[in-house]
Amino acid sequence: MAQISETVVREVVKEILAQMANGTAVTPAAPAVSYTSGDAADMTMREVGQARPGTASDEVVIALAPAFGDKLKKRTITGIPHTAVLRELMAGIEEEGMKPRIIRVWHTSDVAFVGKRGAELSGSGIAVAIQSRGTTVIHQRDLFPLQNIELFPQAPVLTLETYRNIGRNAARYAKGDSPAPVPQISDQMARPKYQAIAAVFHIRETEFVDASKKPMDLEVRFN
Amino acid sequence: MAKRQKRFEVLDAREVNKDGFVTEWPEVGMIAMGSPNDPKPSVKVSNGVIVEMDGKKREEFDFNELFIANYAINASLAEEMMALPCVEIARKIVDINVPRAEVVKIFSGLTPAKIAAVMDELNVVEMMMGIQKMRARRTPGNQAHVTNMQDNPVLMAADAAEATYYGFDEIETTVAVFNYGPMNALALLVGGQIGRPGALSQDALEESIELQLGLRGLTAYAETVSVYGTERVFIDGDDTPWSKAFLASAYASRGLKMRYTSGTGSEVQMAYAEGKSMLYLEIKCIMITKGAGVQGLQNGSISCIGVPGGVPGGIRAVLGENLVTTCLDLEVASGNDQTFSHSPFRRTARLMGQFLPGTDFIFSGYSAVPNYDNVFAGSNFDSDDYDDFLILQRDLKVDGGLRPVREEEIVAVRNKAAKAIQGVFAELGLPAITDEEVEAATYAHGSNDMPARDKVQDTKAAQEMLKRGVTGVDVVKALAKRGFPEVAEAVLNIQKQRVSGDYLHTSAILDKDFNVVAAINDLNDYQGPGTGYRLQGERWEQLANIRHAMSPQDI
Repeated sequence: MAQISETVVREVVKEILAQMANGTAVTPAAPAVSYTSGDAADMTMREVGQARPGTASDEVVIALAPAFGDKLKKRTITGIPHTAVLRELMAGIEEEGMKPRIIRVWHTSDVAFVGKRGAELSGSGIAVAIQSRGTTVIHQRDLFPLQNIELFPQAPVLTLETYRNIGRNAARYAKGDSPAPVPQISDQMARPKYQAIAAVFHIRETEFVDASKKPMDLEVRFN
Repeated sequence: MAKRQKRFEVLDAREVNKDGFVTEWPEVGMIAMGSPNDPKPSVKVSNGVIVEMDGKKREEFDFNELFIANYAINASLAEEMMALPCVEIARKIVDINVPRAEVVKIFSGLTPAKIAAVMDELNVVEMMMGIQKMRARRTPGNQAHVTNMQDNPVLMAADAAEATYYGFDEIETTVAVFNYGPMNALALLVGGQIGRPGALSQDALEESIELQLGLRGLTAYAETVSVYGTERVFIDGDDTPWSKAFLASAYASRGLKMRYTSGTGSEVQMAYAEGKSMLYLEIKCIMITKGAGVQGLQNGSISCIGVPGGVPGGIRAVLGENLVTTCLDLEVASGNDQTFSHSPFRRTARLMGQFLPGTDFIFSGYSAVPNYDNVFAGSNFDSDDYDDFLILQRDLKVDGGLRPVREEEIVAVRNKAAKAIQGVFAELGLPAITDEEVEAATYAHGSNDMPARDKVQDTKAAQEMLKRGVTGVDVVKALAKRGFPEVAEAVLNIQKQRVSGDYLHTSAILDKDFNVVAAINDLNDYQGPGTGYRLQGERWEQLANIRHAMSPQDI
């Protein structure tokens, strides 16, 4: 199923890119892609203890916001299952010969602060942070919280391919490379389509914030 | 559903159904007006100090409430004005026999919850009546966005000239790539004075750079100083009402016009609305602006428009926030500045609330470039909509601030602006602008029609402008030297405003002869038919004379 879904997503991206190339001012936001309900449940997550600063320089942290992966609908704002997103991020990191380490951040749902905390805990100093709605950032431990290496603010235009590239680029930064930034689409009509929904998404995730709880290491199993 | 009803299939494919809508969720503040968690209005004054406001004791105030109680409410009037029933205040807003000054006086003694309750008494037509009477400047105006995705300075100068030629009183740019800031400010300043001398220009950037460009005379005003309705959201931005007031005073001390920015939906978007309605929180922002002594505010949801736009009654609340701004005697740049809907009907209906009554700046701003080049992520109307807008003015006999233009006039002003910026670049030692670029900018629809520039060189040069300390006076000299004496004079006149300070008055704009038109010498005196701003005479003839109307001689 994941294979078919990815194809659908690629088609949508191609269509948007084609429209943008034509200079069409009004491009529709990527429509929600429908997945079967089975896709979202193919993963179990277990906390295995408080996350400590890593020592391995080949480690890239994937820092999850409080609700990602095992709460709410387990899908991004466009309906991509969190399972598939996480697989792509991990695969991107592994492709570059680096090791993903997954942690859960509890004290905030703000993607910038999740990323900053993840980067502080990362052996390489690099982390990818992701919210339930799909908003993603690549962070580095020496930066201020609201700075970043690469920010992906428009969740509706992010595809599985983008997530793969984000994982890959994070690993390259961790190796000390300076890769070209992951190509992004800017869709001006994402606001009318998604802004109110994105706000609700964020509020629901923020309800899981536990200000007093430390970041935890996660064991993730894909079924 | 297995079998679709065909009309519903058609309906589902309509533009409006690409928009996102959500149901109300008052517990978290996903509600436009009248959340059950909004406080009940109350006030207690003791020894000239507000000791209770909207059900809270002074000791319990958060920093927003303390700032409002200390600086935004006239304590000597508060108990008297708060005693007036909400519906009576609402009627005074609409009643043509009650002068504007009386409403302003009443509002100076009201608390945030009271103002929210007054707004809830008004329907949208009454709100428009209110804005017609309460906006500060008698003559309505308009503002434009002038940006492009390549930060191309030649195109930006030509676009700025076209925008001010259409009639925008203010033009605003920003950057696609951060380091371009000073160069974009320069292109906007030069181009803007060519389309219509006296137009004010600004460059929305990180706050300290934005202030620096103002101090150097490369911009004439600032707008992107944001305030928020809850303490938590303020803190997330590393700010307080006091830090924002300090920034405002930095502008004032150097004679630069500025206004704040806020809008419904920002707090709930950040997930910290504390269960309060969007309008109630926005009223706090408006009062913080008032309390800081700032002359005006850009609001009307702005970049969060998708949030109030997604809930019931949201667009009414957005109109309400513009009205409150006017009732607190502030300049209002009233939104309509972001992509809001896929549906042209919704886009137009959303505009009517500000367009029909007129505001200080109906858009903040109108995209004077095609939306694909709009680095503010698109506006409600763009340059492809000019004729629609001009015909709306003509149909309804409303002055929206723009005038019909001829193609040959636009070609001429665009070309002049492109040549002037070419000369200024050469004189200031910035990367050369070719004749081919001048030609392309003259005839371009957008940045897709422009030859590529060396961005590494341009950004480096832009940063060097800051290091070398290039100022507005250098621009004046360069223009004079390169054979543009009248443009040099216009840029010099913009610099002079900083010394005279006259354009620091509420709702100030400059006419083509650099006379200030503000609430001090053009105060809105609307009190019903036969009063206030009337579209008539030469100006009406100008607006009626659109490009494609046939006259009897044409047949």
